[in-house]
Formats: sequence, C-alpha cells, structure tokens
Amino acid sequence: MIPAQFEYAAPTSLEEALALLAEHGDEAKVIAGGQSLLPVLRMRLNAPEHVIDIGRIEGLRGIREDGDAIVIGATTTHATVLTDPLVAEHAALLTKAVHHLADAQIRHRGTFGGALAHADPAGDMGAPALALGAEFVIAEQGGGTRTVGADDFFVDLFETAIGEDELLTEVRIPKHTGWGAHYEKFVRVAHQWPIVAVAATLKAEGGTITEARVGLTNMGSTPLRARAVEQSLTGQPATEDAVRAACEAAAEGTNPPSDLNGDADYRRHLATVLSRRAVLAAAAG
Amino acid sequence: MTVTEDRPAAATGEIGRDRRRKEDQRLITGRTRWTDNIQLTGMLHMAMVRSPFAHAKIVSIDTSAAKAATNVVDVYTGADLGESQGVLINAWPITPDQKTPVHLPMPADRVAFAGEIVAAVVARTAAEARDAAELVDVEYEELPAALDMKEALRDEVLAHPDLGSNKSALWVFDSAEAGTGGNVDDAIAAARTDGVVVEREFRQNRLIPAFMEPRSTVVDPTGEQNVMYSATQVPHILRFALAATTGVPESKIRVVAPDVGGGFGGKLQVTPEEWLTWCIARRLGKPLKYTETRSESLMAAHHGRDQWQKLTMAADKDGTLTGFKIELTADLGAYVAVVGGGVPVLGAFMFNAIYKIPAYHFACQTVLTNKTWVDAYRGAGRPEATFGVERMMDELAHELGMDPMEVRRKNWIRHDEFPYTTVSGLEYDTGNYEAATEEAMASFGYDELRAEQQRRRESGDRVQLGIGISTFTEMCGLAPSRVLGSLDYGAGGWENASIRMLATGSVEVTTGASAHGQGHETAFSQIVADRLGVPFESVEILHGDTQVASKGLDTYGSRSLTVGGEALVKAADKVIEKAKPVAAHLLEANVDDIEFEAGTFSVRGTDQGISIADVAGAVFVAHNLPEGMEPSIDADATYDPVNFSFPHGTHLCAAEVDTETGAIKLRKYTCVDDIGNVINPLIVAGQVHGGLVQGIAQALFEDAVFDDAGTLVSASFVDYLVPTAADMISFDVHHRSTPSLTNTLGTKGVGEAGTIASTPAVVNAIVDAVRHFGVNDIVMPCTPERVWRAINGSGAGGADPTTGDAMPHFDAEGEQA
Ligand SMILES: Cc1cc2nc3c(=O)[nH]c(=O)nc-3n(C[C@H](O)[C@H](O)[C@H](O)COP(=O)(O)OP(=O)(O)OC[C@H]3O[C@@H](n4cnc5c(N)ncnc54)[C@H](O)[C@@H]3O)c2cc1C
Repeated sequence: MIPAQFEYAAPTSLEEALALLAEHGDEAKVIAGGQSLLPVLRMRLNAPEHVIDIGRIEGLRGIREDGDAIVIGATTTHATVLTDPLVAEHAALLTKAVHHLADAQIRHRGTFGGALAHADPAGDMGAPALALGAEFVIAEQGGGTRTVGADDFFVDLFETAIGEDELLTEVRIPKHTGWGAHYEKFVRVAHQWPIVAVAATLKAEGGTITEARVGLTNMGSTPLRARAVEQSLTGQPATEDAVRAACEAAAEGTNPPSDLNGDADYRRHLATVLSRRAVLAAAAG
Repeated sequence: MTVTEDRPAAATGEIGRDRRRKEDQRLITGRTRWTDNIQLTGMLHMAMVRSPFAHAKIVSIDTSAAKAATNVVDVYTGADLGESQGVLINAWPITPDQKTPVHLPMPADRVAFAGEIVAAVVARTAAEARDAAELVDVEYEELPAALDMKEALRDEVLAHPDLGSNKSALWVFDSAEAGTGGNVDDAIAAARTDGVVVEREFRQNRLIPAFMEPRSTVVDPTGEQNVMYSATQVPHILRFALAATTGVPESKIRVVAPDVGGGFGGKLQVTPEEWLTWCIARRLGKPLKYTETRSESLMAAHHGRDQWQKLTMAADKDGTLTGFKIELTADLGAYVAVVGGGVPVLGAFMFNAIYKIPAYHFACQTVLTNKTWVDAYRGAGRPEATFGVERMMDELAHELGMDPMEVRRKNWIRHDEFPYTTVSGLEYDTGNYEAATEEAMASFGYDELRAEQQRRRESGDRVQLGIGISTFTEMCGLAPSRVLGSLDYGAGGWENASIRMLATGSVEVTTGASAHGQGHETAFSQIVADRLGVPFESVEILHGDTQVASKGLDTYGSRSLTVGGEALVKAADKVIEKAKPVAAHLLEANVDDIEFEAGTFSVRGTDQGISIADVAGAVFVAHNLPEGMEPSIDADATYDPVNFSFPHGTHLCAAEVDTETGAIKLRKYTCVDDIGNVINPLIVAGQVHGGLVQGIAQALFEDAVFDDAGTLVSASFVDYLVPTAADMISFDVHHRSTPSLTNTLGTKGVGEAGTIASTPAVVNAIVDAVRHFGVNDIVMPCTPERVWRAINGSGAGGADPTTGDAMPHFDAEGEQA
C-alpha cells in the first residue's frame, strides 16, 4: 500500500535534525530503520507531513566501550548488535535477545534505538535493556542532553521519556561481564513478536546465584522487571527446584494483554514457566 | 530436408526426469509479466473505497472532495454504474431452490460484508487514487449482522433480509436412496446395541488462500477486442463470464493471465474488482489498472474452508465399519461465490475415503453470513472430508482400544479389490493402500516411535509424544463433464491442447490449463518432447491468453496434468498420424511400413528414416507432399476424462507436545503418496512440500478470525500466521507409482495431495500425545493456548473460540506525531 505524501529530510547532523523537529513540531516524525514506522505509514494509520531520516547522522551509529559501560548508538542496526564482540562480552543478554528479533532482513534495517523508542511492549529489546539497567541518552532542544534510567524510560504502550522534539542518541549499558544470560521467547511462528518472553541474566558463584535480573516482555503496557523473582533468586542455588519456587512469582504485578495469541491468564502462566527456563539456562551458561 | 541413412540414437526419455523448471528464473527474479508490471500508454489507476461494516445500509456517498483532488479523473459509486457493471456469477447452484443473493460488484444500497466495495476512484497515478479514496465520505446505517454460522441457521438476523432466510441450500446424498448402500440410521441404531458408535463435531477453521502475488487487473478497451489482463487462474472462465454478464460478445473479449504468482484456488474467482475495472475502463475508453493491497486481499478475496462437521460413525465391536453419517454446516460468507456452494458438496464423494462403508449419508447445509465470501482453497472439499474421516478413524480406534492403523487396515479396500465402486458411487480404478502404508511405517519408524511414546507416558515426561495417521485418497482431475452435469455444475471438465510444428524445428504448444506457479511449462514440455521425440528445449508452452490458447477450462482441482496432459498426448498423436503419410511419401515407402520412434519416422526393416522436424520443414515449404494433402501437420485435441484419478497415500506425523506450555513441535513427518506415473520428480516434490506446509498450517497456525462486529481481526500477516521454512521440519517424502488406468500417461494429480492429507495427520498426532489427559479433540488451529487449556481441562477440550484483538505493533496510538 502507498503512504500518504510527506516531505522527506535527511539531515547529516544532530543539530540539523533537532532544528527540523523544532520547526515542524507534531507534524514531523523521525525515521530510523523504518521497520515500525513504514508499516504504520503504508497502512495509513498515521500521515505525518514531514519525515526526518536520522540514518545519515554519523555520530549516532556504532558501539564503543566507555569505562564500566558499553555505549550503543541509537541507529546501530540489530544486525550489528547481534555480531558485536563488546556486546557479547559485556551484555550477553542483548546478543541472546536480538538473535530472536524478527528475521535477518529486518535486523539489517531496524535499529536498536528505533526499537526502544517505538516502545512496543512486545518488542524484544525492552526487557533486556531494562534487566541490564540501561541508561538512555536523550538530546534536547538547545544542545543539551539528559540521561534517563531504564526504570523511567518506558512510560506506557508506545510511549517513552523521549519528548516530541527530542532524539534518543545512545544507550549506555553497564557492563555485566561474566554474567550468564538467556532470552526465552515464546512464539507460534518464528517471525512473530513474542507472545511472552523472559530476559534473564545472573551472576553465580560456586553454584549459588549472587545477583539476578529478570525482565518480562509483553506482560503489561511496558517491559517489566520481575523483581520478586530477582529477590527470591538471590542467594539460592541454581537448581531446578529453587528456581522453580522463585519463579512462581514471575507474573506478580503484571497486567498482560489478551489477544489472538493468548488470554491474560495463559500469559501469566507462561511467564512463570519461561522465567524458570530462562533463569536455568542463564545459570547454565 | 535430408533423409538420414543412419538411425539416430534413441533420445533419452524426458518423462520421469527431474528437470529444473524452465520458468523459474523469470518468476523468481520478478523480471516478468506480473499484471502489476504492465504499463500501457495513457493508463489510469484505480483505488477502492470499502465498507468498514459487516452489514449496513448505504445512506449517502459524498464524492465531491475526492473528485476535486489532484489528478482525479472520476469517482464512481454503485448508483453511478447501475446495471452497466454486470453481475457476478455462481456457476454451481447445488440445488434448484438454492437461495443466491444477487452479487453486484459494487452495491448501491447495502453492503453485506466488511471489505465490500462502495466507491471506486480513478486517477492518473495509483498514489493519487489512494489519496483521493480517503476523501470519499460514506454515510452508513449499520444493520445487525449474521456472523456465526450456527446462529445464522436460526434466521433471527438475516445476512440478506430480502431472501427471508440465511439457509442457502441443503444438499443430500443417501446411500439407501441412491442404491449404493444401506440405511445409515439403521446401521447406527444397530451399532448402539451391538457395536460402537462414535459421535464428534469438528470445526474446519476459516482460511485465507494468501497467494504471494496480490490480485491485479488491467483492462485495455482501446482496440476492437477489449483486453483484460488479470492475475487469475481462470482466464477462459473469466472470458465466458464477462460475455455472459456484461453483454459484450465473447469474440470481442480477450483475457490474458500473464505470469500469475500463486492462487491455491483463491484466484479461480470472478471478482468485483475485475468487473469494475472492466466496466470503468470501457466507460472511460482508457486503459485502467487496479492492484489490491495485501490488506484488501486478506479481507476481500475469497476465503476457504469454514465448516462445522457433525459426524456419526458406526462399527462392529471388531472395528468393522457399518455406517457413516455426515452432517455439515458450511459458511458461504456474504455471497455464493463461483463454486462456493459446490466445494463442501465435493466432500460427499470423499468422506468414505479408502474405506468399505456399507451405509452412508451426507448432508450439507450452506449458510449465508455477513462475512467474506468463501470458495475453493487448495483441496476444495476434499481436505474437509479427509479431516473428518481420518479424525474419526482415530477416535474409533481409541474407543475400541485398537491401534489406529489396525482399524484402517481392517476397513480399507484391498489392492486386489480394484476396480471398486464406493458407497458414494465413484469407481476407484487402482490403488495399493497396503504397500504405501508398509513403506511409510518402515520409513517413519512407527514401532520405535510408539515405544518412545510409551516411555514418555510412563515416566510422566514433560514432553509427550503423539503419532497421527492419515491414509487418504482424493478425486483429481476435475472432471468428467457428464459427472459435472449431473451435479448441476455450469460448465464441462474437458481440456484442450494444440501443437504447431514450426518450420525451424521448434514446437509451439498451447494448453487451456493456466499455470500460476505449478511448473506446467516444464512438465508439459517434457510430455511433448517425449511424445514427439524432439529436444525439451525446442518445446514452447503457451498458455493463459484466450487469443493464443483459445479453448480451455483452466487450472484447479489437480486437473492440469491428468486432463490437460492427456489433451497434449492426444494432440501429439494426431501430429504423428498426420506426419506419417508425408514421411512415407518422402521415404518413398508405404504408409503401413512407417514406424515412429524417438522422433524419427523410419521404414520398417530398413535403416531409412526422417526426423519429425524435417517432416515439419517439408510441410512448411509444401513443395513435395502427397497428392491432395493439406500442408499442415499441426493438430489440436480436446479431451474429456472418463473418470477422475484417485491418488492416495499414507501420511504419518509425530508431534511433541510440551505439556507445560502447550507448545507443539513436529518431530517427524513421513508420507508415501501413490500419484501414478511421475513426469518430473522435482516438481512433484515441490508440490508435496508446499502442500504439506499448507495443510500443517491449517492444523497449527492459520485462522481467519472476525470480531463481534464482523471485522476481520487477522487482517495482516502479523496476525494471520503463514508459516515459513523456519517453522517446519524436513519432510520424509516418498512416492509410489501405481499407474492410473483412466489416462494414457498413467498420471494422477498431485497438486493438492499434501494439503489434503496432512491436516488430520497433525491433529491426530497432537490429540494422541495428550489423550491420556482426557482430551479427544482440539479445535484448529491447535494453538499452544488451546492445547494447554485442553490438557488442563478448561475451555472444553481447547474448543474456545479465538477471541480478542490483533497485536497492535503498528498501532497509530504510538505513532501520533
Ligand atoms: C515483520 C516485522 C517483524 C518484526 N518482528 C519483531 C520482533 O520479533 N521483535 C521485535 O522486537 N521487533 C520486531 N519488529 C520491529 C523491529 O524491531 C523494528 O526494527 C523496531 O521496532 C523499530 O526500529 P526502526 O529503526 O526500524 O525504527 P523506525 O520504524 O524507523 O521508528 C520506530 C519509531 O521510533 C521512533 N524513533 C526511531 N528512532 C528514534 C530516535 N533515535 N529517537 C527518537 N525516536 C526515534 C520513530 O519516530 C518511530 O516512531 C518487527 C518488524 C517487522 C516489520
């Protein structure tokens, strides 16, 4: 299908992009990889008058190390994240999760920042980012930036802390070097968004879990942390029984949707099963 | 022309060779003539405005803003076009009193399903037409909609109030009345006291054909012949229907099906979109193109299946079948499509399948609702029947505590009993169910898998294993015209071919079959090359253009090879017969002494010969022909089959069920299909693989779901789950070749086999895996949630209707700028 007409701009600097956003206000829309925005435009669910392509801004792309964090530029593609050695070493949970995101074609177009800014609660990047305690760097009008913690970034369904005239520039992920990680995604067909998914990463010493982070995908209007599970796991042996007991609480405080792929009660049940599997797999490697 | 002294070495046989498909390069790269690729001088573009409501009165349509938009040529409503738009036909009224709503391409007063066209916008570009379509302002008055087919049977809410009832037709076959068997109610009554009676009700989910190329139509009205290019399976039927309903003489109509990207039955329709493009292009006197979007395709191109099947099977205590009663309710959707009513009726001949059933009753009630219309989808009536009977055989086996294969073996027609006239009146020519089954079970490792199933069950393993069987047959090669006539079908079932022997040695072949991805160009070339002894590369297959292949009945119902292929053989034989006297003349021999083999005419007992290409050359110059002979060895043939062909096969599926989540994993899939002689094993493998995936998809993934307002919820590929290779396993595919006796080539159809057989094999496997939890059915598609609910005893065996919304990934909500 054909989108409605729009003016297309491809600025090459952040300043230029911000200026365009300021100029066009709510008549403008940012496009990164276009893997979520283009379907919306083509199905004519939205018809912005201006589309601002941030793909040509050099500084927004790439992955680097910065002290005790790794920094992922907003327009870095999923495919780059998937194969990046820094990510594999210090944020293995992301590598595991992005492996399951859509298919190779979409991973080569879609961007890490775009996925997070889109804030689809069924998106595969939110829960890992949340579990890893990511920090989101947002460029504001007037040249300033601010950093928002993961807990404050996801506001609601398709809504984040990024203001209308702002841009997400990069995401800082505290290093989780040596942490085990696993992303357990439950789908009916491979190219689907998760019905429910669980992102688990943990540190274990001598068979005992010393720290654990568990993020839930598609269990509410934003990605969620399964804090009760995290707390119960701490200090527990990484055994089937202990983990099972801890994961009984996985759906606590969640508010999952009911849709074609499953009712809320089924999703709550899945959350407990998948959490256990994710945690055990993370503990195993 | 040369007369060779040495006989050429015999050509290696073409039939049976696994040639790569000659059409694939252009089809796969897209450098070809898809209808949407066609650009004509001065061509205009059209976009449709469609009803968002399932049932509503059209109060008013304001087209002024759209008409004023940039480069818009005109905007039309149903009222503007009136009778000039023609009407869409139902070619198969299944009973004389069938209720058939008038189906206008664009109604003026009332819409009967969500997606029905209410206005058409013509502009200089497709984008401008689409933009302007957004500006058409339609005022509707919503009417109550008939949505659930069982509720619709009560006639409380009418899909078409003027018809007075939603019940379209009741079609009945009864073996006692037909004299082909006993009285089924007596058999059931007897079994209730002395035997066993199994009663089940199964749901055939509603499916969407989901062909790869969306439908597209271009009409060029600028010449003496009005030309319609359309992404259709049925160019010949389309031409006939246009002539019959629009008043344009058939001789003034040329229909071209250029390369067509898949159909699966979904493109055997004659559509509102085609009729409107035709009407409006002719009105404007300019070429006009309409190409649908994927969303429009999912919502408005016809759907498939959608039945309730109430089944009662009676047997003796030893498992011998005594009766089978079938009561179907079939949803037609809002209109009776071209063969919409007939599709479920085809099941009448297939529910008895490969079994000897003494008493049989089939009744099918078709119902009108305010949903997308329903018609043929790969298998058309036969998958529904096969599903019903094969599920019942497993249920019967369970009821009797027998192995499900043992029950089948007890009841199937033994290979020494052919030809066999079934209880539904068909004569099966050949078959060997024992041999196919034996081969399948060995390759599958049936006994080992049963042992593993036992181990997992005993240890209470989280992952349970199930084995599903489907021993199926189907009727292929639609169809003997007399049979179609006896069923009140509006056309015959013959097929035509012609062969033109060109002067330079190539052979031009036309066929009335209309390929849309099957590989006819390759397989048909092999047949002609083999028959005429000419190189494969010299044969060109022309099809899909009523001016090139003027006679034909197109492609559906696994008919192209068994019917169209036979027409080719007959035409080739005529060419040889016509060429023989020329060869005799040139070789200075008596016609009776001429033999034809491997492309060469030779004089019996000598080493003198002449190739058929050389004969063609001689006929072209016509310098030296037998006295009085017409200078042509071209020939054509029209073949009307005497019977269907009956491929059969044994399909075995092993599936693992994760009892914690309900997730299903296919473990092994083995099939042994007896499809008669094989022209090209590679094409056969492709057909079987694709067919299996489509049948498995019905069992596990695909479902056209409507909400309470009658809006299609699974309206994009995000929610209508068509599987990919990533969701499948490698199939263990075998075939056997018991030649069909009804055609010269000994072929049977293979286009639908995989789809027909696989669905019950998969569901039987899943039910088998969880039967010990008290489960005896899971509604299709067997989603993990349904399986989980079935295991946990909630939701009536997993029969919960799918409800709820689509996933909102692309919701405008998140995108408000
Ligand atoms: C068929 C299909 C299957 C998919 N399957 C999955 C899946 O399984 N799992 C999954 O997680 N995702 C899936 N996706 C979505 C995919 O992950 C997208 O890449 C992602 O959602 C958006 O990234 P993008 O770069 O393409 O963003 P775009 O589509 O360009 O933008 C998305 C939104 O984010 C905004 N935006 C983008 N970048 C910025 C920025 N730097 N600052 C501020 N706002 C910004 C845009 O304005 C827009 O509103 C799928 C997509 C498709 C088409």
